[in-house]
Amino acid sequence: MVTEKDVEHIADLADIGMDSGELAPFTQQFNAIIDYFDILDRVKGEESGVRDLYNVMREDDPRPSLPQKDVLSNAPASEDGFIKAPRVM
Amino acid sequence: MTEAHVIVGLEVHCQLDTKSKLFCGCSTDYRNDGPNTHVCEVCLGLPGSMPVLNKRAIEFAMRVAKALSCEVLYESEFSRKNYFYPDLDKAYQITQYDKPLAEKGILEIDGDDGEKKVRITRIHVEEDPGRLVHMGNAERGRYSLVDYNRAGIPLIEIVTEPDMRSPKEARKFLNKLRATLEYLGVFDSEKEGSLRVDANISIKGSERVEIKNITSYKGVEKALTFEVTRQRNLLRRGQVVERETRHYLEARGVTQSARSKEMEHDYRYFPEPDLRPLQVRSWVDSIVLPELPDARRERFMVQYGCSVNHARTLTGELRLANFFEKVVEPDPAGLPALAATWIADILIGELNYRSMSLDLLEPATFTELIRLLKNGIITDKSGVEVLRVMLDQRLKSETTETPEVIVTRLRLAKTTGDDAALRTAIREAIAENQKALEDYRNGKAGALNFIVGQVMKKTRGRSDPAELNRLLQEELSKGA
Repeated sequence: MVTEKDVEHIADLADIGMDSGELAPFTQQFNAIIDYFDILDRVKGEESGVRDLYNVMREDDPRPSLPQKDVLSNAPASEDGFIKAPRVM
Repeated sequence: MTEAHVIVGLEVHCQLDTKSKLFCGCSTDYRNDGPNTHVCEVCLGLPGSMPVLNKRAIEFAMRVAKALSCEVLYESEFSRKNYFYPDLDKAYQITQYDKPLAEKGILEIDGDDGEKKVRITRIHVEEDPGRLVHMGNAERGRYSLVDYNRAGIPLIEIVTEPDMRSPKEARKFLNKLRATLEYLGVFDSEKEGSLRVDANISIKGSERVEIKNITSYKGVEKALTFEVTRQRNLLRRGQVVERETRHYLEARGVTQSARSKEMEHDYRYFPEPDLRPLQVRSWVDSIVLPELPDARRERFMVQYGCSVNHARTLTGELRLANFFEKVVEPDPAGLPALAATWIADILIGELNYRSMSLDLLEPATFTELIRLLKNGIITDKSGVEVLRVMLDQRLKSETTETPEVIVTRLRLAKTTGDDAALRTAIREAIAENQKALEDYRNGKAGALNFIVGQVMKKTRGRSDPAELNRLLQEELSKGA
């Protein structure tokens, strides 16, 4: 059971400002999502997921990276090839 | 209070020298390229991208585990460490948590009171975060610039037990670790930012302080020394040392309290669902370790007759040890004695003074310099001069004059007894220093050394002092 206090703490860790009016609806949504996993847990059927599979690795071969302009196309702001971000700390 | 009351443990992060990143094929050779040019969907953490583990990174980490006599866990796995900071594009770092690759090892160091075994707690593999450049100021808006080229570079974190008893021991541990990693061929210490250290330090009986993000070898000793002084002063004034995290400010040489809001459980670690666990313990047997620093030091003493101090210095860095062996290769019986002295006692200092990499110097050129010294063509003083000219030239251009050419051009060849100019210099020195001469004749033998020094000045250090002494006495007996 997620409480409003949990949501407030997680919002604080993520530096997301949340006013008191938002806490209740977010808490309700968190709980709805977690409850849904309880429903999934009750589903009967074949065991799913991968088992007995270990050491999945690739060789150390470099491959081309993305062009810088494509990388920056998702960034809200950029400067001299860097992604611009709010200063934290 | 003595040094014995200081307790230090280290967490050392080293970049593994692979060609591609830990979970994607982006090249790790990013240092000369622009920001965000070595990134892809995976290391940017774009939705739907999947990490695939780099086998060589695991092989490298296993080599380190074996060299440090660690126990490789039968099964290890990756976890997500969740935190929000712009250097992490995915908002989590893929690392190892409760099932690291290896644990319980040993690294032997030359400690404050002789040989010392520092216990290794664990070795785990993780990805490097990106790099931030902080911009702006309080008045004009602060922001950060983010470069993800470094994000996803493979790191190993080596955690020690609190076994070091002084800042100096911590530095010695790091030097030994660096040498070991380089000998293993998994790490390049000359790459900028390839090593970062967090240090835990306490005074016995007090709380421990964690110093984060020390980025240089010397920085570790400086940060710890500062911290020892700070903590002792607190205790001396009857205050208590608070348990906290502090940052080391390299430019000012001080540590500063860093209010970290995360507690361990706030990282909400959980197993990385996109990666399968590892079962690699059986690989350990097939790893053949190369000669490591301790073995090479012993060999240098036996094979080349190096003193223990020279052997320790020369084998303390892979580049230096390789350089020495290449220098003496043309004459492994005749060259080592002089070469060891000149590399360990002179060359290192001259390189440090210029912040110059040993890679810029050709071993064969250095061999030639050692031969000029060995054959008595130049004096030690001229040898230093030739070396300095060589290094300065090499810093400015691709090629340098050979030592022989420098000796000819600067007329540095050692003076000989039948050298007319030398005879003149001796006669001049005698004539100009009648007072010293008188002292000498009155039985003050030391006065002769003064005149030798004056001749030395005139010949720009090109004369052998013993030879000069003999010639000077000869000249005086002629005059008498």
